[in-house]
Amino acid sequence: MNTVAHGGDGQVHGASVGTNLAIWIGLVAITGLEVFLAYEELQPTLMLTILVGLSLVKAAMIMSYFMHLKFEKFSLVLWLVPSMIFCIMMMMIFFYPEAFRLLHMRPH
Amino acid sequence: MWLFLVSDTLTFSALLITYSYCRITNPDWPRPFPMYPAIVFSTSMTVVLLASSLTMVMAVMASQRNDRAATVKWMIATMFGGLAFTALHLREWFHLIEEGCTITHNPWGTPLFGAVFFGVTGMHMTHVMIGVIYLAIVAYGYGRGKFNAEDVEVNGLYWHFVDLVWMFVFPLIYLMSVKY
Repeated sequence: MNTVAHGGDGQVHGASVGTNLAIWIGLVAITGLEVFLAYEELQPTLMLTILVGLSLVKAAMIMSYFMHLKFEKFSLVLWLVPSMIFCIMMMMIFFYPEAFRLLHMRPH
Repeated sequence: MWLFLVSDTLTFSALLITYSYCRITNPDWPRPFPMYPAIVFSTSMTVVLLASSLTMVMAVMASQRNDRAATVKWMIATMFGGLAFTALHLREWFHLIEEGCTITHNPWGTPLFGAVFFGVTGMHMTHVMIGVIYLAIVAYGYGRGKFNAEDVEVNGLYWHFVDLVWMFVFPLIYLMSVKY
């Protein structure tokens, strides 16, 4: 199934070279921010929340521009993203209560 | 390819959630990554992989212009990025192995750390190596006129996925275990 939003007309569809370069610089900058925060000795839960949040931002940038999802039909986004989120949430349902129950049972 | 990437996303999600579970429930999880060499190497690996994603974007743009020579050159640059990432990663692995951390042994605490670390990063490195081979095949075929621009774009989707996974592995495995 061809879900790519361009034909073989030789024309470039999607972001320009400048935009892709700006996205790349943004990705490197966020990486630098993550490394900086790693040495700030934040409380682990806060650190984890910030790191996962920044990773999700980087993932959205890569998927939107480098993987071209921003320029595809929206039906492709609806087809892919909700199903992934649903399956990951299902995995988290088993992780969340059990992991923290065992955390509280750890010897102090 | 998108369907395969969704299934592979779930594979890596399961691995990372397993890692998180093991870490939260183990009282003696180590923080074994000093600034040098671990964080310096892993940050360099991240920048190299991001650069290889950019060269892959350039390759796809060149293929959409039907510029075969430029497409092959950008794809070769992407392959070099993947190989550089693998070389740096193997060097980082050997740093840990020299200190006694293996897949079944951990000198700083629970042996699960070694199993989880080498399992998750090994799985990712395998994907990178498969991606390099895939790039070589498509670059060769596209240069000879056997493949078209859509094949290069699909190849690009896989490579960007490999980069995207590392965007989660690097902070969760390395940055959450920095040695102060």
